[in-house]
Amino acid sequence: MADSVYSGLLGDADPHWAFGTGFADPLAGVDAAVPDGVEGADLGAYCLMLGDDALVLSHRLSEWTSRAPDLEEDIALANVALDLLGQARLLLSRAAQAAPQLVPESVQAPQDALAYFRDARAFRNVRLVEGVDVDFADAMVRLLLFSAYRLAVLEALQDSRDAVLAAVAAKGVKEVTYHRDHAARWVVTLARGTAESRRRLLAALDRLWGFRPELITGHEVERRLAAAGVGVEGATLAGGIDDVLDEVLAAAGVPRPAGEPGAVSGRGRDGEHTPALSALLAEMQEVARAHPEGAW
Amino acid sequence: MVTTVEHALQVAREVPDPELPMLTLADLGVLRSVTRDPDGTVVVAITPTYSGCPAMAAMQDDLVHRLHRAGFPDVRVTVELYPPWSSDWISPRGRAALAEHGISPPGPAPRRAGPIPLTLSPPRREVRCPRCGAAGPELVSEFSATACKALYRCTACAEPFEHVKEI
Repeated sequence: MADSVYSGLLGDADPHWAFGTGFADPLAGVDAAVPDGVEGADLGAYCLMLGDDALVLSHRLSEWTSRAPDLEEDIALANVALDLLGQARLLLSRAAQAAPQLVPESVQAPQDALAYFRDARAFRNVRLVEGVDVDFADAMVRLLLFSAYRLAVLEALQDSRDAVLAAVAAKGVKEVTYHRDHAARWVVTLARGTAESRRRLLAALDRLWGFRPELITGHEVERRLAAAGVGVEGATLAGGIDDVLDEVLAAAGVPRPAGEPGAVSGRGRDGEHTPALSALLAEMQEVARAHPEGAW
Repeated sequence: MVTTVEHALQVAREVPDPELPMLTLADLGVLRSVTRDPDGTVVVAITPTYSGCPAMAAMQDDLVHRLHRAGFPDVRVTVELYPPWSSDWISPRGRAALAEHGISPPGPAPRRAGPIPLTLSPPRREVRCPRCGAAGPELVSEFSATACKALYRCTACAEPFEHVKEI
């Protein structure tokens, strides 16, 4: 290492190269206690669900970098992706605190081990977030459906008995408010734009609407944590989410798509995913797996 | 006489923000507290502006190095997530420094009760061009070079500028 011209660049010795290894724990100093009456395994699984949603969509959104419709949109989607990546780091760290048995064997920090060393079957994200964007309309409809759901969840989680989840939620609410507005404005713009933009928007709604029920179908972990005052059940949020989506569709002059429950089989929350997730992970995890002790 | 904690606080307060170096971490409101453990370790608590703020690592390193140089051998930086950072925490000195460097400072952060309303039209802000002072700039994007800023263009002098968002 001493012979390498790069040897001075890494680690804590040089304050100007901090991004590799310096700040491994995003929850450094935060009280890690699991609330009374809650199984660590349940809290860990729940944090994985919320964290994986954010991690996977963050990666999908980052794929727009350099190919969004304009430079400002490029930057906007990169910022949204960064917010979600930050939420994912906090939530995966919390998952590792609550349920260390979930973390794969690795030299990496726990949240990185969870991101890079689990296979698709172990991911707990909803299927909506893993799909490949067919076009920009697809990306905006996906972001609208997800952020309408996400904002409702985070608003409710601000009152969680788990202090870490409550803090992550209070922070995330401010961020996802911007994401939801951004996607909603684009949906209206595309619907009221050219014949081609409207055609693409309607096609995207038809393709993605069927993934919506999976967001609000209760999972047993959600139910147990909701009963304990720690989590929130998607089903109780359905009305509020529908109101938001209806408001956007009305402004867009678009009828509510017909696709309803049954359009999507399998549940991402149980590790049942589309092939798109494996392809996404193959790319996202490649470098970390090839160089598990790499630092940069 | 200045106590150890007060001295450490003075040092920490002067550390500049890595992304907005015209501001100190204290001006930005991300420096939450400086205390001392029973074993003498100086403990600095910081809070991220946004969950994904990539500058947190640089802030941590900068704090540790400045405090080391000021004679504090044992320093620990912790994260405080709650209450979440608000643009209201930017100090008056920080706001003046932003404006002086061509970045429009934030207005008051929104205070809400009940469900967060959807905002389908661009937000109305009382923003003035930090270069020529003209009112009524056009919003180019709600997201700019960092997550905490929006991008505007002045309709009078045509210069683009950034505005720190209200959160």
